[in-house]
Amino acid sequence: MGSLFRSEEMALCQLFLQSEAAYACVSELGELGLVQFRDLNPVVNAFQRKFVNEVRRCDEMERKLRYLEKEIKKDGIPMLDTGESPEAPQPREMIDLEATFEKLENELREVNQNAEALKRNFLELTELKHILRKTQVFFDEQEGGLNHTTESMTRALITDEVRTAGASMGPVQLGFMEKSIDREDYLPCFVAGVILREKLPAFERMLWRACRGNVFLRQAMIESPLEDPTNGDQVYKSVFIIFFQGDQLKTRVKKICEGFRATLYPCPEAPADRREMAMGVMTRIEDLNTVLGQTQDHRHRVLVAAAKNLKNWFVKVRKIKAIYHTLNLFNLDVTQKCLIAECWVPLLDIETIQLALRRGTERSGSSVPPILNRMQTFENPPTYNRTNKFTKAFQALIDAYGVASYREMNPAPYTIITFPFLFAVMFGDLGHGAIMALFGLWMIRKEKGLAAQKTDNEIWNIFFAGRYIIFLMGAFSMYTGLIYNDIFSKSLNIFGSHWHLSYNKSTVWNNNFLQLSPATSDYEGTPYPFGLDPIWQVATSNKIVFQNAYKMKISIIFGVLHMIFGVIMSWHNHTYFRNRLSLIYEFIPQLVFLLVLFFYMVLLMFIKWNRYEATNAFPMTEACAPSILITFIDMVLFKESKPPGKDCHVYMFWGQSFFQTVFVLIALACIPVMLLGKPIKIMQARKLANEEVQPITGGSSDAEVGGMPNGGGGGHHDEEEMSEIFIHQGIHTIEYVLGSVSHTASYLRLWALSLAHAQLAEVLWTMVLSLGLNKEGWLGGIFLTVVFAFWAVLTVGILVLMEGLSAFLHTLRLHWVEFQSKFYMGQGYAFAPFSFDSIIENGSAAAGETE
Amino acid sequence: MKICGPKCSLCGLIISVWGIVQLVLMGLFFYIHSVALIEDLPLEEEYKTLDAFYTAANSAYNQNAYNCWIAACIYVLTLLLSAQQFYMNSRVTAN
Repeated sequence: MGSLFRSEEMALCQLFLQSEAAYACVSELGELGLVQFRDLNPVVNAFQRKFVNEVRRCDEMERKLRYLEKEIKKDGIPMLDTGESPEAPQPREMIDLEATFEKLENELREVNQNAEALKRNFLELTELKHILRKTQVFFDEQEGGLNHTTESMTRALITDEVRTAGASMGPVQLGFMEKSIDREDYLPCFVAGVILREKLPAFERMLWRACRGNVFLRQAMIESPLEDPTNGDQVYKSVFIIFFQGDQLKTRVKKICEGFRATLYPCPEAPADRREMAMGVMTRIEDLNTVLGQTQDHRHRVLVAAAKNLKNWFVKVRKIKAIYHTLNLFNLDVTQKCLIAECWVPLLDIETIQLALRRGTERSGSSVPPILNRMQTFENPPTYNRTNKFTKAFQALIDAYGVASYREMNPAPYTIITFPFLFAVMFGDLGHGAIMALFGLWMIRKEKGLAAQKTDNEIWNIFFAGRYIIFLMGAFSMYTGLIYNDIFSKSLNIFGSHWHLSYNKSTVWNNNFLQLSPATSDYEGTPYPFGLDPIWQVATSNKIVFQNAYKMKISIIFGVLHMIFGVIMSWHNHTYFRNRLSLIYEFIPQLVFLLVLFFYMVLLMFIKWNRYEATNAFPMTEACAPSILITFIDMVLFKESKPPGKDCHVYMFWGQSFFQTVFVLIALACIPVMLLGKPIKIMQARKLANEEVQPITGGSSDAEVGGMPNGGGGGHHDEEEMSEIFIHQGIHTIEYVLGSVSHTASYLRLWALSLAHAQLAEVLWTMVLSLGLNKEGWLGGIFLTVVFAFWAVLTVGILVLMEGLSAFLHTLRLHWVEFQSKFYMGQGYAFAPFSFDSIIENGSAAAGETE
Repeated sequence: MKICGPKCSLCGLIISVWGIVQLVLMGLFFYIHSVALIEDLPLEEEYKTLDAFYTAANSAYNQNAYNCWIAACIYVLTLLLSAQQFYMNSRVTAN
């Protein structure tokens, strides 16, 4: 197996496939997922390729399947997803599949059409039913009601214009002449219909305006929603009936009804006719209902049968399509007998690929074995890091910054430890760490089940993909929480504090502020066995001062070690790429610069911790301990520091002043070496080569430029301008020198975030949970229950989620900027093998998006 | 009977378990008069005599310990309730 330290060695191979065997072979390779094919006819557009017809057929099949899927989803039928992926079918099976889908689609379309027609019919009948029922009420009112209603109604209806023709009112009433003649109070003409409820107010106003108030509109709501047959929506409608007089008004009213898309229905005037019609409608509705039910049943049966196989079919079609797409990338041999492919292959897997090819040939029944032929190339191979479910997330963190250049040192294996650790330094709290670790552990334990239920919830998917990171971050935070002795901002006194109170009662009673001196018997003289002494929990006035001093130093120490480690990684890169120039003129001065300045500062911290103690004789007491930061600044400025107290020594050890001067001088001397060393050497080499009048080959400078895998093809670096080289080197040097100062300071974020986290936790405890605890009496218990729930929610929401996210981002930055800038180029491109798994995964994801 | 949904019951379940564990432990720490928790006691700013302070502090410690345990007991009840709800919900989804 390949290692995680560097990406896999890749080879460009040429593959000769017999035309008949090509399909089966590519199918086998797709199952394997270890081969990245290159497009050999990039100039040919998609429509001129060889297998464009097959691809089009696959597209068509996919369209049909998507239609089926849509219909199945509409009916809410569960789709069977076994999760297994069937093998890519033979090309001849494609016809069967096509026929099946064609049949299914046609059947479904027919059923749908029928159902729609039936539904439209049904809708009309229901509307008519409602009209008959509602108008019944109107007519009842009119006939059975008192006379004055009708009178007032008619009076309102008759305008001046109509009144002039009042005498000859009779003949105008087309529909029910006899009746109106019989009766004193005639009935006007009317139309009845159904309209969408939201259109009704506008409809009413329009009628009023257009007919100058000469129509009378009655309306009633249909309580139950009706189904729109075209799109299946539930719509609310109202029944209306309009009374008017005269032909002109009639046409006008009808036009308005048309304009508002109201459907008009004939409504007989006589109650007996209406009753008869209502009966007829009811029976027809019942008949329709049975027919509709049968249609639905049929449709359901068809869909249920399709749902069983749908996922399977999708996988099959996508596989066929992927294979033909890949075959389109190939070149056709002159004799048309074989296809030529070029592909990137991991060197270690050539055997497996050969085996797969042989399987493919056997399956297709071809006698000529395929030929896999390694090619020489100057192109940069893709970067392929073999990962498993544990390392995958960490590799993703690295790749998010930039895919490693080919065969470059991969920071991922170190990140597995340093990432959770630096996170934990900022997040140190036993309680919060435990919550996070438990969450991670739960996701890991339920891995298979959770992975099976694919969701589109992006946040959940991110958490789930990073489950191992979350678990490790939580576990490491528990450790640092123990070191900081913080559990929800409280301390645990596990081993017994090593500080003791020696004050008597009256001293305690009479003084507001008392100190414990480490010089006296207050302190046992040995530190607390593990982590911070719990006594600091109650030292309210100088707890933060003490912790800051500790945490700041700790973060600088970790930071400098992390950066030195990064620089050492660059040594591995230089030796691997035989980059002697960079090794001598970049790596060594860089390392020396970092060591003499910043590692020296780290050493000073340890010296200070060791040499100064409260119990020591005078010049070495804690009061005389010099400040590391001041010492360091004065060292760089060549200045004599002021002693920290009267009669104290300025320096911590003999000869410190001399060493410091030497160190700064060495560091300064490193800068010109970094700046000029490499460009001058390259210049010399070029001059030499020019004198010998031959291209630069084999020389150290060539190894440097040729071996650096940045950019596309090889060898073009030879002609890089000298001035450009100087400028590049200048930028790199300035970046490194200034960077090492700012990066060291940047690691102080470890301290800052850890301080912020501890303080926030404490604030939450005192502002929320303390309220519950401070309640006197027995009711406090109930109050505490409520307050505790509130506190727990806030703890998870603010401290674990938000603080966790912020600490995560800062850790990510420390890795990307402060650590990886020391050695990581990140200019490669990722290996994207032809693999059915990823194609099907992406296919379903894309389908999910479009919905 | 179903009162709350699957997420709500799960939330109740988790907070109940957490509450039981932490409150039982906190009650224990109050009971043994842990100094770290002295700031969470309902005490006055000033006391006339030392003895007065001691008696007040002792009773407050004990009271807080009992309060914590009472709260833990209430959480046992909510645990049972949410567990029942959770069971109901899971049975409904299983059907």
